[in-house]
Amino acid sequence: MRGGGPAVSWDPPGGAFHPASTPDYLPAARMRELQLARLQNVVGRAYARVPLFRERLDARGFQPADFRGLGDLERLPFTTKADLRDTYPFGLFASPIEDVVRLHASSGTTGKPIVVAYTRADLDVWTSVMVRAFAACGLNHGDIIQNAYGYGLFTGGLGAHYGAESLGATVIPVSGGNTDRQIMVMKDFGVTAICCTPSYFIHLMERAAELGVNIRELPLRAGIFGAEPWTESMRRHIETDSGIQAFDIYGLSEIIGPGVAIECPCHNGLHIFEDHFYPEIVDPESGRALPEGEEGELVLTTLSKQAMPMIRYRTRDITSLAPGPCPCGRTVRRIGRIGRRSDDMIIVRGVNVFPSQIEAALLAVEGALPHYQIVLTRQKGLDNIEAQVEVTAEVFSDKVRALEGLHGRLCDALEQALGLRVEVTLAAPRSIQRSEGKAKRVIDRRQ
Amino acid sequence: MKIRQLSLFLENRPGQMAEPCKLLAEAGIDIRTLTLADTERFGILRLIVSDWQRSRALLEQAGYLVNITEVVAVEIADRPGSLGELLALFEDTRIDIEYMYGFTLGREGRAALVFRFNQPDAAIELLHSAGLNVLEEVEVYHRIEK
Repeated sequence: MRGGGPAVSWDPPGGAFHPASTPDYLPAARMRELQLARLQNVVGRAYARVPLFRERLDARGFQPADFRGLGDLERLPFTTKADLRDTYPFGLFASPIEDVVRLHASSGTTGKPIVVAYTRADLDVWTSVMVRAFAACGLNHGDIIQNAYGYGLFTGGLGAHYGAESLGATVIPVSGGNTDRQIMVMKDFGVTAICCTPSYFIHLMERAAELGVNIRELPLRAGIFGAEPWTESMRRHIETDSGIQAFDIYGLSEIIGPGVAIECPCHNGLHIFEDHFYPEIVDPESGRALPEGEEGELVLTTLSKQAMPMIRYRTRDITSLAPGPCPCGRTVRRIGRIGRRSDDMIIVRGVNVFPSQIEAALLAVEGALPHYQIVLTRQKGLDNIEAQVEVTAEVFSDKVRALEGLHGRLCDALEQALGLRVEVTLAAPRSIQRSEGKAKRVIDRRQ
Repeated sequence: MKIRQLSLFLENRPGQMAEPCKLLAEAGIDIRTLTLADTERFGILRLIVSDWQRSRALLEQAGYLVNITEVVAVEIADRPGSLGELLALFEDTRIDIEYMYGFTLGREGRAALVFRFNQPDAAIELLHSAGLNVLEEVEVYHRIEK
């Protein structure tokens, strides 16, 4: 059972494309029909098999049979990360464990991990969306893909792996870490595309330069970067320095893993594979649905997942649905790049601060985003926010006055952007620890 | 005429100066002279060394941010008043001294001053016209070695 909706068949207008990408080009009306059929199916499945969901629906006096149109989705309750923790480990499964062929789990940095499950059919869906993601980046049979996402409980590694294999590419399952070996592999194996976090790729570029390897001269032409929010300035930095095209990929384990949405070569938002993942944008405070184009929290409903259907899952990612068609011809809707998460927000002396605001200020002063870290401490009951900013070759000078000037401009720009005084420390290059996975930008030492 | 000076960014923490010096020592590179410009927040270590290309490569490999600046070294008599006389040359000119430091050449009562000028070429011309000896790179090393 794969959703039970109308069969997907549609010839996209002109050009070469991967057959798996067919649903990317479905006319909107056909897509809505398909989504409604799949939604009715998944709501029925969750109601029949997940006690928590059934209780919540019953409390609202809503029956799956009441679900008649896409607008009825708003009448359903949200699912949150807390629900996953509270039902740890298997409480939200809609398949018996013997039908589950794979488990993944989050790193569990804040207590118990969250566990996610896949049936055979779920893995097939995951692989198919990853194939479509790679195809959207212009990759195909003949590409050599270095998969530097971590293999293991984290969904990034295996998700990208099976997608790349199914695409027909040559996959190098190098996993995360061991930077020098990554560079050797990239160079010696003629890698044409790499999957990793954007911050780790920047680390690879720095290390390659130290080792005398010029990435621009290698066959590498595309990077599929995800698992953490990143900015346009990071993209420019990566593309200018390495000569590759950088694509943003979006996904989360609770929904499926990587492959929920992908950029096409137009780089004007991420196409969401909405035949499997239904997007809504809601006000993070009130939970009310917001109109197209307005920024709010992304809420996703899985349309075809069997083992663990997610109904109206609160992603905590702040974005908007991009209006209008994409020049690439895909008809699936786009979400804006995710610059921040509602839970990225830190509160310092009562002021809401997002790392993206800090990045914008650093970028405005330096012209490129330096490596940085935010350290929060509390002295005599008062919050202190320190921005440690690495000095780069572009801004370093032998003159004290020039560096003092830079320091002053950084302080002013941050104070303007955040509305509070930030202590700026100029740090030596490479002194702030690099992450091999998601970059850790904020260290909170307040007790 | 101009001498290559290496500048290193250092964090203002104990032990920061020892590392690069040790690195150069192990490679057999002589530090001819150095000066540390330090502030509350950071330091800039400026070095004149016997082999600036190799020093830069070594330091950059170790992760240091290295800036190469052209400075001008002038030989003067090691006696009271000689610095004042030299500085007087630049009054009423458009030549600014960004910073300077001095060291003795260790013989014959001579000293050398290292200048970072905003207009090094104009400065060299002025120094020459005043009959002063602007030191070449090799000359700096040679004179110190004596």
